[in-house]
Amino acid sequence: MTDRDKQKLKNQVAIIGAWIVAGLFFFPIFWLFLTSFKTELQAISDPPKLFFVPTLENYALIEERTDYFRFAWSSIVTSFGGTALAMFIAIPAAYAMAFNPTRWTKDILLWMLSTKMLPAVGVLMPIYLICQKFGLLDTKLALVIIFALINLPIIIIILFNYFREIPVEILEASRMDGASTFNEITQVVLPLAWGGIASTALLSIVLLWNEAFWSINLTSSDAGTLVSLVASFSSPEGLFWAKLSAVSTLACAPIMVFGWLTQKQLVRGLTFGAVK
Amino acid sequence: MAGVTITNVSKSYGDIQVMYDINLEISDGEFVVFVGPSGCGKSTLLRMIAGLEEITSGDISIGDRVVNEVAPSKRGVAMVFQTYALYPHMSVFNNMAFGLKQAKTPKQEIDKRVRAAAEVLHISEYLDRTPRALSGGQRQRVAIGRAIVREPDVFLFDEPLSNLDAALRVQTRLEIARLHNRLGSTMIYVTHDQVEAMTLADKIVVLRDGRIEQVGTPIELYENPANTFVAQFIGSPKMNFFGSDDLTDTSQESFKNIDGEKIIGIRPEHLQACEDDKSMIKGKLELIEQLGEYALVHLIAESGNEFIVKMPQPPKAAKGETLNFSTQDNLVHYFDHGSGARSV
Repeated sequence: MTDRDKQKLKNQVAIIGAWIVAGLFFFPIFWLFLTSFKTELQAISDPPKLFFVPTLENYALIEERTDYFRFAWSSIVTSFGGTALAMFIAIPAAYAMAFNPTRWTKDILLWMLSTKMLPAVGVLMPIYLICQKFGLLDTKLALVIIFALINLPIIIIILFNYFREIPVEILEASRMDGASTFNEITQVVLPLAWGGIASTALLSIVLLWNEAFWSINLTSSDAGTLVSLVASFSSPEGLFWAKLSAVSTLACAPIMVFGWLTQKQLVRGLTFGAVK
Repeated sequence: MAGVTITNVSKSYGDIQVMYDINLEISDGEFVVFVGPSGCGKSTLLRMIAGLEEITSGDISIGDRVVNEVAPSKRGVAMVFQTYALYPHMSVFNNMAFGLKQAKTPKQEIDKRVRAAAEVLHISEYLDRTPRALSGGQRQRVAIGRAIVREPDVFLFDEPLSNLDAALRVQTRLEIARLHNRLGSTMIYVTHDQVEAMTLADKIVVLRDGRIEQVGTPIELYENPANTFVAQFIGSPKMNFFGSDDLTDTSQESFKNIDGEKIIGIRPEHLQACEDDKSMIKGKLELIEQLGEYALVHLIAESGNEFIVKMPQPPKAAKGETLNFSTQDNLVHYFDHGSGARSV
């Protein structure tokens, strides 16, 4: 066996290994999808059934008992709205820190990041009470604001890193050309960091779509997101695996399609800074 | 059109002072070059004139107006950056038009000015391209074009040629000189390359460690350097320095009583080979750099002092052989040994 053959074999083994790992990761989603087309009896049968006559009765039941599209709309509004609000605050903040740093900038970034380390349940009471006082319980507005705030630190840090890749001379040139700070951001920084901003926004949307803690605790019927819909199926009615699978599939499907369509941008967002 | 006056300008970053009490007068239409080794503060001084760096104390005036607190775009200056600093996402046309658009110039006027500047710089055919699709030299011309269209009183160049290859550098240098002749604007140009400084400047400002060492025309600096630093910085190869122990008896007589207090400087092009009895300076041949039109001969004096002689023809001598050199009295520079200052 020549060195080249050995290398080829190594690569093939690595590829097979990668497929196995990918398959392991994907299996629960696959099984979820499969179970959603089973009857409740088939779902709990032992040994598990891989081949069966698929049924849509679970989906029909969900559509009958709940208003799927209202929950889906709520998810869309809160994840996109929360991301938009966060971006609106994060872009100027990251701009300021990237291009006019002070000796405290690093510390401020670290402090922001540290807020992500706080367990969310620690501030549940005050936030619940604030929402109650302002009549924001079970409103999309409450979720949009909270979603924006919980993602703000991570968005600022990612954008800060993207912005720092822009050569400062380009901004100085725009200043010499008489651009106002607003024009500098909108006409120079944003177009140059567009890829980074888009992937950061996508990442944020995915994270918010899947956010469970606040949507379950602060909403019930009016502003409930798909995540809270899934939750409502799991607890009070006992474990109906097939129905739970169907509702979970419905909750995951939109964001998976969205993620698949935007995967190029997402990968760049997730691996930012890893390769220059 | 306007001159620039710098009065008692100092600059500190926190506790670290980087510019000390700079005073400089730049006349209207003058081409001034700031030159010095890296870290001497030449770029900082330029950026202070541009308004990109704040002044810690003192005043900078452009024309009759003190501009300390004036925004960069309102100073009537335009800057060409070392890295070009073009807007990568805009076409060449939009790069050049950006400043005019910010100033809300009428569209027709923008079009007219951009096309005129492109004509001058021979980039008319690239107006629709993005900077990515241009070569380094073309990008630099776009950067210059971006400055021209704003019709500034003062042009600022921050090492504009250092990212270009040698041939292009010579060509672009010439174009900048032509541009100055054509526009007649005040130009301030930063470089660490003394050849650029000598060829372009009406006036050279030599800086070291945040202080001005000397201001003068290229020839003044070449013929009458104020100190050993300027003497070595201007001219290539740099000036040779000799102490009394490097000199032969003959030269001791002809040079006015060199003692330990003084050193003399002689440029490599001002030393000529001579007979032993007329020798002023002796040196052992170390190596010869052949450059075609002339040769650079590296020698070591008896004291161990190294020096260079620029000769039209390389000497026919072997390595280690002792060679004799003389010079004319009026080509010898005298400096104080301790301070390095010129002494007559």
